[in-house]
Amino acid sequence: MKRTFQRPGMLTIEACFLALALLLAGGAIGGQAAPQSPPPTVPEAIRAFETVAMVLRHPRCLNCHPAGDVPRQTDARIPHFLGVQRGADDHGLATQRCSTCHSAENVGPVPGAPDWALAPRSMAWEGLDDHALAEALKDRAKNGDKSLAELDHHLAEDKLVGWGWAPGEQRQPVPIPRAEMVRAFRLWVAGGAVSPPPGKTSTFQDGAP
Amino acid sequence: MSLKLTVNGEAREVDADPGTPLLWVLREDLGLTGTKFGCGRAACGACTVHLDGQAIRSCAYPVRQAAGRQVTTIEGLAESKVGQAVEQAWIELDVVQCGYCQPGQCMAAAYLLGQQPNPDDQDIDIAMRGNLCRCGTYSRIRAAIHRAAEILRG
Repeated sequence: MKRTFQRPGMLTIEACFLALALLLAGGAIGGQAAPQSPPPTVPEAIRAFETVAMVLRHPRCLNCHPAGDVPRQTDARIPHFLGVQRGADDHGLATQRCSTCHSAENVGPVPGAPDWALAPRSMAWEGLDDHALAEALKDRAKNGDKSLAELDHHLAEDKLVGWGWAPGEQRQPVPIPRAEMVRAFRLWVAGGAVSPPPGKTSTFQDGAP
Repeated sequence: MSLKLTVNGEAREVDADPGTPLLWVLREDLGLTGTKFGCGRAACGACTVHLDGQAIRSCAYPVRQAAGRQVTTIEGLAESKVGQAVEQAWIELDVVQCGYCQPGQCMAAAYLLGQQPNPDDQDIDIAMRGNLCRCGTYSRIRAAIHRAAEILRG
């Protein structure tokens, strides 16, 4: 696969800045000097990313990050009933909008959150191994032109992302706390946001929490 | 809690729990019983109304999300040219059998025609597949939508 080195290089610099900022922020919040802990090693960063990858592959997240144009539903990830399609703007077809049924909040059995929609095709995580997923997350051409700091904010604060932990009745939330996922993401970034080697696909079925 | 919304062009104020589905506020508080309860899980389309012009399932929308917005129900459908055409076509083709789902069908059809003035069969099937009819009037619904489009073309 053709790769360019400019963008990953920029991201590595960006990751260092973010890591520095996080260390400084940690010190400021505690009102003390930042502890002189060494940055995470590459294996530690990769393990942290595996936690992030497990969350992103959970059905609450992956069902709306499909490889094709059909959203999925349930833990079995079956195609969305009523033949629902992506549509030109990822919010459904013109006459069958996501917001026809999904409001900005859960209502009884009907799930909802602000801006309920499919993730763009560039954010299709289905079928990606950990390596490809990490590359996709870092690639500003695929991730909605987000820096790692902006991704951090998105993962930590976005209400639609947060729905994965409050999915309403009859749906299992992501099995680890959101804060734990964010901590893992920050550890990965602090360790250089290195992509894991190809071949592994981490899921909660692997024995993680 | 007091909530203000505009229903069929008229400013209305209701005293309701803001989490109450819009459907129940329309039916129980405002007496607009044309909109029907079918499944309560946005799966049948009987409760379809328009919110700021878009078809939605009123059983799945809390009333707080309709506050300050325009709601159109079957009772107000004929206030628009598209709505008039839908009603005329429905009557001409005698679409209704038991009728329970038909308010939702008409609201969905009007939204479709607002988006696609000349829909083909596939467009109609896609737009209407979320509106179920246990009497099986689908072929008459499809024909009536074609007829409404014809009426609108003049």
